[in-house]
Amino acid sequence: MSELIFELSHKGRCATSQIPRRSAAKITIPAHLLRQDEPRLPEVSELQVVRHFTKLSRANFSIDTQFYPLGSCTMKYNPRGVHHLAMLDGFLNHHPLSLPVNSQGYLACAYELQEILKAMTGMQGVSLTPMAGAQGEFAGVAMIRAYHRARNDAARTEILVPDAAHGTNPATAAQCGYTVREIPTDKDGNVDIESLRAAVGPQTAGIMLTNPSTLGVFEQKIEEIATIVHTAGGLLYYDGANLNAILGKVRPGDMGFDVMHINLHKTFATPHGGGGPGGGPVAVSERLVPFMPMPIVGKKDGFYDWLTEKEYPQTIGRLSAFMGNAGIILRAYMYARLLGKEGMERVAEFATLNANYLLARLKAAGFTPAYANRRASHEFIITLKTEAKELHITALDVAKRLLDYDFHSPTMYFPLLVPECLLIEPTETETKEVLDAFADALIQILHEAKTQPELVRTAPHTLPVKRLDEVKAARELDLVYREK
Amino acid sequence: MPFIPHSVNDIKQMLATIDVANIEQLFDEIPVHLRVKNLPAIPESLTEMELGRLMRARAHLDSELLCFIGAGAYEHHIPAAVWSITSRGEFMTAYTPYQAEASQGTLQLLYEYQTMMASLMALDISNASMYDGATALAEAILMAVRLNRKNKSNRILLPRAVHPFYQDVVRTIVSQQGIEIIEVPYDKTTGCVSLETLDEMTKEDITALVIPQPNFFGVLEEVDALTDWAHSKHALAIAVVNPLAMALLKAPGQWGKSGADIACGEGQPLGVPLASGGPYYGFLCCKKELVRQLPGRVVGRTVDSEGKQGFVLTMQAREQHIRRAKATSNICTNQGLLVTASTIYMSLMGPKGLRQVALVSHQNAQLLQEKLATISGIEFVFQMPNFHEWVIRLPKSVDVVLRELAKLKVQAGFSLRQVYPELGECLLVCATETKTAEDIEKFVTLLTSVLSLASHSNDKTEKKSNVRTYL
Repeated sequence: MSELIFELSHKGRCATSQIPRRSAAKITIPAHLLRQDEPRLPEVSELQVVRHFTKLSRANFSIDTQFYPLGSCTMKYNPRGVHHLAMLDGFLNHHPLSLPVNSQGYLACAYELQEILKAMTGMQGVSLTPMAGAQGEFAGVAMIRAYHRARNDAARTEILVPDAAHGTNPATAAQCGYTVREIPTDKDGNVDIESLRAAVGPQTAGIMLTNPSTLGVFEQKIEEIATIVHTAGGLLYYDGANLNAILGKVRPGDMGFDVMHINLHKTFATPHGGGGPGGGPVAVSERLVPFMPMPIVGKKDGFYDWLTEKEYPQTIGRLSAFMGNAGIILRAYMYARLLGKEGMERVAEFATLNANYLLARLKAAGFTPAYANRRASHEFIITLKTEAKELHITALDVAKRLLDYDFHSPTMYFPLLVPECLLIEPTETETKEVLDAFADALIQILHEAKTQPELVRTAPHTLPVKRLDEVKAARELDLVYREK
Repeated sequence: MPFIPHSVNDIKQMLATIDVANIEQLFDEIPVHLRVKNLPAIPESLTEMELGRLMRARAHLDSELLCFIGAGAYEHHIPAAVWSITSRGEFMTAYTPYQAEASQGTLQLLYEYQTMMASLMALDISNASMYDGATALAEAILMAVRLNRKNKSNRILLPRAVHPFYQDVVRTIVSQQGIEIIEVPYDKTTGCVSLETLDEMTKEDITALVIPQPNFFGVLEEVDALTDWAHSKHALAIAVVNPLAMALLKAPGQWGKSGADIACGEGQPLGVPLASGGPYYGFLCCKKELVRQLPGRVVGRTVDSEGKQGFVLTMQAREQHIRRAKATSNICTNQGLLVTASTIYMSLMGPKGLRQVALVSHQNAQLLQEKLATISGIEFVFQMPNFHEWVIRLPKSVDVVLRELAKLKVQAGFSLRQVYPELGECLLVCATETKTAEDIEKFVTLLTSVLSLASHSNDKTEKKSNVRTYL
């Protein structure tokens, strides 16, 4: 790998044209409040900076350079035009506390996105402010809590979470002060209905569900689940991580959900940015509208304005210093406009076509699907349990070997229920040729596992580094650079 | 079909391989009556050219404004290299670096960021980012509650001079967990937290004291005394600071006898554009003995199977995807791309450049103060050392003045009418290094004329307008 930028540093060097000129004005800070030492920032030239970080960028896999079939992450094409337009001066240099009269351009986009998301989800209210899926979950569960409190029902202390759920679900419920109760999955990958019946009661605040689930299958008994939970007085939370699978086909509002978040960085194609930023707007049914996080955008007589605590006194409050990841909201809006009505209806169709095609090819080549008798949604799971036993190679080995074939690996070891699993989500923006090449690579790796297992066990071989020692990293923490 | 590459022939072959007659059949597990019939509210699709026309028109509506608003989001010069590199697809369209070997670019960059940010705060450790400054403060408070084993009252002292929206966010997030937030008033003359006030608030034990630097009014707090006060009560000291200012001002790890324990804040001033409020990023740093309670992603340096240096996400056992309901936080996605921009920004500026940006911002704020002081009727509310913002009291309705100036494309500042009504007709104004003497002159001239104008039409305009000045 490249040297660290600190190792390029030379005392006294700097990017001169970036440094502002001092003026003659006075400095009025008392000495005891001033810093005496210098922070450890590199002293390098502008070219050194450009070259260093350009080089680093080339050590990354990304959607723009590789097929990236990470299950549950929806790594689809992020349109370049959208990024370009979001970087227009008027959007970029606009202060969040500008008066609405100087903000009509941005507010119009945010307002229209609220309306589009309502229509897409079948919900009655949308707040764009949550900054990622997990914050959307927080907002949703906090609204469920506020709803029960407003009815003076303090007995509801429990949130139900299927055992296949994303880790953020139980973590969120706990952060909202709830006890988490896990519901098992049946042999076909559905929520176990009898266990659910036994679990609900006057202590149930709600249930958090992903549909299609993280097992890559549609929860067929969703209406029955909704009835059971609603009858017990609980509410239904929809984790929008897999919304790409059903966009334009079926709406969470119609399935009986009361509240949900939408991952804009998944379904609405905003870039993942190497771990963020995301966007996690929440959409709610009528009864949760008063509790939405603030601010939201309103429209009156053609004028867009912020709505706040004044209009929504029962709000759960604010979740960000300003109004969330505005630039991501802008990008999601533009993506929605490029797709339009027809384009949006096709997202789920082609995401599902690609997943089922890839599954069919892998099945034919002898790979084992986790749920063989189910239709794949936009993603599916293969389990390498047999291969692990017979060939002594793991899902991790296969994932690492895929990198040598210039494919990013699928999600590994999630969901936790399926041993040695790979969760594969190709998305709708990939060509049949790419899917074929990926299937061929997996087939080839399986062949290698039989003929040259060591090659697979020690992969990757062609990347800037070989397999990294994560145990050492966790035991001997080295989190900041210190000069030797 | 936007972004869908399939030809008719592809579709035919793929359906044959799956062994279904049509795409419709792939949805046969979804109950028919639940299926959407159509989506009338969604507009028809646009081409990129048509979208460009629409967005340019909208961007134009919000552009060419002379900005003296600060209040937590600051206009600074961003070198062209910052976003030209940050926008590279390899950074922008990568996922969280869970596959370390295929993500060494992002991982090494994050390690470099952690080093820079920890050093800027004069603390040992930094995480790889939170959502924004406000949520970073909420997480810092939750962290303090988990850490303070001596004082278990879960009482947090939060100054009223901390950013009011941060206070709101903290209440939204921590109130779910039975934590008590106690507001510490500011001194009416200085705008700061006073030790006498704090002493009156210690009938029960205190888990942590939040110390802003500068505070929301731009005023500099006596951070050494406040930090030592917190420690003398066995409370943790949580710093919430402007990171740019820390190149010039004493940094949290240097406060008092033993330094603040946790530092957090808004990373936006370091290379992130204003962009209507986001995406920004929150930073969160701490002393090394507190690291196991630090939430969010952290990158560590290690070696590969041949002993070569490499980087991985580490201490993942704290995080939601492993620890689930017992995780330190529910955070998953963070603000990685903004950290990328900030790391490039800090590398370009270097220690001296960053200090100079802070210093020139301070100088411009002093120049602004000097000029504003010549307008009759304007009062500087807190005559105290400050960084780059001032609270001024106007002789007229602040909201009317703001609106009049907005018509002239001048954004005069942030009205404190709603968030600090006790201050009266007050405005928070800011100047950074981007302001020239001419900009300041223009602002002062226009403000002078609007103030004389407003004295004639004040009441009438007030009643007619329904435009709020507060986000």
